[in-house]
Amino acid sequence: MSIERQEIEKLATLSRIAIGEDTITEVSQRLSSVLELVDQLQAVNTEGVAAMSHPMKATQRLREDEVKEINQREAFQAIAPDTEDGLFLVPKVIE
Amino acid sequence: MHNLTIAELVTGLQSKEFSSVELTKHFLARIAQLDGNYNCLITVTADQALKAAAAADQRLAAGNAPALCGVPILHKDIFCTTGVRTSCGSKMLDNFIPPYNATVVENFEQAGAVVLGKTNMDEFAMGSSNETSFYGPVKNPWASDSVPGGSSGGSAAAVAARLAPGATATDTGGSIRQPAALCGITGLKPTYGRVSRWGMIAFASSLDQGGPMARTAEDCAILLNCMASYDDKDSTCIDRQVPDYSATLGDSIKGLKIGVPSEYFSEGLDADTGKAVRAALAEFEAQGAELVEISLPNTGLSVPAYYVIAPAEASANLSRFDGVRYGYRCEDPKDLQDLYTRTRAEGFGAEVQRRILIGTYCLSAGYYDAYYGKAQQVRQLIQQDFEKAFEKVDVIMGPTTPSPAFKFGSKGDDPVAMYLEDIYTIATNLAGLPGMSVPCGLVEDKPVGLQIIGNYFDEARMLNIAHQYQQTTDWHSAAPEGIA
Repeated sequence: MSIERQEIEKLATLSRIAIGEDTITEVSQRLSSVLELVDQLQAVNTEGVAAMSHPMKATQRLREDEVKEINQREAFQAIAPDTEDGLFLVPKVIE
Repeated sequence: MHNLTIAELVTGLQSKEFSSVELTKHFLARIAQLDGNYNCLITVTADQALKAAAAADQRLAAGNAPALCGVPILHKDIFCTTGVRTSCGSKMLDNFIPPYNATVVENFEQAGAVVLGKTNMDEFAMGSSNETSFYGPVKNPWASDSVPGGSSGGSAAAVAARLAPGATATDTGGSIRQPAALCGITGLKPTYGRVSRWGMIAFASSLDQGGPMARTAEDCAILLNCMASYDDKDSTCIDRQVPDYSATLGDSIKGLKIGVPSEYFSEGLDADTGKAVRAALAEFEAQGAELVEISLPNTGLSVPAYYVIAPAEASANLSRFDGVRYGYRCEDPKDLQDLYTRTRAEGFGAEVQRRILIGTYCLSAGYYDAYYGKAQQVRQLIQQDFEKAFEKVDVIMGPTTPSPAFKFGSKGDDPVAMYLEDIYTIATNLAGLPGMSVPCGLVEDKPVGLQIIGNYFDEARMLNIAHQYQQTTDWHSAAPEGIA
């Protein structure tokens, strides 16, 4: 299955990855080749087969809602690209 | 000292034949002298290692040393280490210094191990050749024009080149077993849920599993004793007692039923690799095991199912890298969208971007059922193949890879050619089963791996089987030219 240019642009938006004009054809070719591989699945009869979600059929554990971790804002912000007054800075969103 | 096994190093340290500082200096010197040839390490932690070694020596002198006290090891650069850069092989995390340790790292610290550094890997563990690393490829110590395998190529090559006696690694589709095979060492991917994934940077959460690499099965048992644990912080970790993996290494394997899947010996398998694996199977027969022909009919579907499930999970996991809280951020973003899209375009390499796009496609509205849903159903079929097989046999054996280490660039531009490298290893990840690779021969002076697949939580049995094989063969002690 080949993937159209328009679809690549949509995927780029959904993935938040900028794809340059110069690489869009290449990306489209490579993705098409992977989709061709995974399209083999379509021929398999899976009627009545349950989708597997965990190999040992484990379910999500629940725990008490207790505070166990201490707030480490300074440690976490020390590795951030840009912070001010304990806040993470990004370009202005609202004019 | 670098030719001693971990078992021998533990004895040597405890009987004061040598100190941990001496040992650590020896390995650090080897890394400084040789790693320029291989590129196994992204970060060397010499100062921390020497400090840890000195502390280990004190504990050894005091006589209250834990299991791995003073033994030098390496961590794959996917495990978060407090205060030490953890890059995951990506430009995105080139400047990331975690404020916490992964549970696996914590376990080794508790056991007194000395960490020499962090090993190179395919970017975000996505690759089978180490060629996708931001830090450049690792060279296979057996043939400098060939890949070490991936994604744990740095760990595997470092153990093969005797830069460390053991290393941690992770396996999502073969990333422990394939590089172990290509570098001629022993590596084990445990049952899904045996080793905590907390602090192990996520690729595909339903498949990722950490495991040990060393030269022998006995050493892998020692490392797994430390690595495996129940962890409250990983909700997929299974609460089940960790056995002493060293205790049963000496058990007899007489009467062991070994399943040999016809699908693992069909077209695509290099003839000489097949011969080496057959010779290993004959060795097990000589030890009293019985070979049983079996079939895993859905093997061929494992690669297509994997390339839906793994990218789908990756696209979700990697959405956290947004240039806001940590990691890379693009220069002068003009608005928030630009910050996200350019950070991710510049911070991720081509293969990672490709997988995010594929994953996004498979999960997007209108395609979810046809791709992700379908792949999860096929995954069930693959698991049922194994279930049926394990009704008749104790373990399954076959080749780890279709051929020995391939040359750099030889898989060309088509990502699918590279994906097929993992044809024999991917099914065990999809089923959540443990698998290991053991050196079983050389083809044109490059190592070949025998794969052992066990039933759930059968790691002790697999290590026992591999250890028994290593008692009567010596492929595991073979060293690349100029190394031993």
